[in-house]
Amino acid sequence: MKLAATGLAKRFPGGIEAISDVSIELADGEFVSIVGPSGCGKSTLLAMLAGLLAPSAGEIALDGAAPPGGLLGRVGYMPQRDLLMAWRTTLANATVGLELSGVTRAAARERALAEVGRFGLAGFEDRRPSELSGGMRQRAALLRTFLAGREVLLLDEPFGALDALTREAMREWLLGVWEADRKTILLVTHDVEEAVFLSDRVYVMSGRPGRVATEVAVALPRPRTLELTATAEFAQLKAQLLAPLREEARAALGAA
Amino acid sequence: MSTTPTRLALALGGRLEPRPRAARARSGIVGRVLPPLLVGVGLVLVWQGYVAVSGVREGVFPSPVEVGRALVRDRSLLLSSAGTTLSEILLGYGVAIVVGIVLATAVSSSRLLERAVYPWLVVSQMVPIPALAPVVVLWTGFDIRPKLIVIALVTFFPIAVNTIDGLRATDSELVGLLRTLGAGRWQILRIARLPTALPYLFSGLRVSAAFAVIAAVFAEWVGSTSGLGVLILDYGNQTATPDVFATVVVLAAIGVALFAAVGIVERLAIPWWQPGE
Repeated sequence: MKLAATGLAKRFPGGIEAISDVSIELADGEFVSIVGPSGCGKSTLLAMLAGLLAPSAGEIALDGAAPPGGLLGRVGYMPQRDLLMAWRTTLANATVGLELSGVTRAAARERALAEVGRFGLAGFEDRRPSELSGGMRQRAALLRTFLAGREVLLLDEPFGALDALTREAMREWLLGVWEADRKTILLVTHDVEEAVFLSDRVYVMSGRPGRVATEVAVALPRPRTLELTATAEFAQLKAQLLAPLREEARAALGAA
Repeated sequence: MSTTPTRLALALGGRLEPRPRAARARSGIVGRVLPPLLVGVGLVLVWQGYVAVSGVREGVFPSPVEVGRALVRDRSLLLSSAGTTLSEILLGYGVAIVVGIVLATAVSSSRLLERAVYPWLVVSQMVPIPALAPVVVLWTGFDIRPKLIVIALVTFFPIAVNTIDGLRATDSELVGLLRTLGAGRWQILRIARLPTALPYLFSGLRVSAAFAVIAAVFAEWVGSTSGLGVLILDYGNQTATPDVFATVVVLAAIGVALFAAVGIVERLAIPWWQPGE
């Protein structure tokens, strides 16, 4: 397994239990999604996998063992907000990871320039983030994540803030990028369609404290295009994932 | 920034069709400089009118024309004194900038240090400068040092406090992201915290620029033989009121110039900063 978490739990000071006994696995080159209702601790889980947050219990293994120096800096992480720095150009934002790993400015620039076409940023290399559209900002943040060169990427609702049409286009685009590079991706989303369309496997999380409720394998053929979303198999998988989520939502409303 | 010519165009009944870039830029400058200029001219006219109508004596309240005559009459003394005061201001202000930024960076490098030092920064501003200044002169003598110390003491505070606030305002998620990219604390300081603090620093610099002029005058009153502050005292003793006013005009001009210079440097240093957008 490329990345494996066993029995992860997170209890915050004050007693709030965000996550309880979560175990997930990612095979090398696998695209896995986590869907769950809001407040199920998805972002907490990613922060722990990125090494930003220490778990209260459980273990995380990268390539079969817990990394000696911790996970921080070994796993690619893209938070929900694009976090592009207003004082840097698009290209300088994208190369910040390379810069931090000691690559010279010129070499980093060259490597980024080789990718701007694929990330739909050609012609916007030297623009400031404020001049980019929402979709471009998100692609710039993804380019930053990809350029950092980690083998495992954790993406936290990367398309959450985009409009529906841009989202769809970005999904198809992300699949293309992933199919070319075959990185190991763990994507967090609350959008079931997004999860089914992109993933090899989907974990469904329950509400607070978050746990893995079910796991669904998506045996749809690749490469996939948006037309796939209109097929019966796709609809069936969606329904299969939505059922436990709806139960969760109803339970949350009933409890309130 | 771009709303000003738009509003002006609307106010003048103009149409909002896109205009050539050059025309827009020109109307931008006009739109920005003209209103304060008109207010200034208006105030001077009211002043002149009041003096003429009320018949108040020149030694009590001189008219703008008399102040203008004093400006011309005293020009060489005003100029050399302005040189003295300006160099005091620039040196004191420069020291304050360096001390303020270094102190802010050091203080905000750890929670403990911040908690330990921040209250004392505030206390340093509670010390009445008028009480302290004569003592400083006692320690240092009548050279430029006491003026430098007084100006720096007054101006470092807005710089330090604003920079501390700015360093603190750094997006914690951005810091987290940089850590996942392998950044250490110095790299986080350079890549995220200092750039975040820059707009705050410039706010502090602008406030301090206004204080610096007042501080310079005061420092000269306590112990100096030259400079615009000394000139004000001398003219005051001779009840040469138009000349006092003329000196104040020069001081104000220095203050405005310093303020504008900070603004220009700000626009060059942080072109990405768009306040209020």
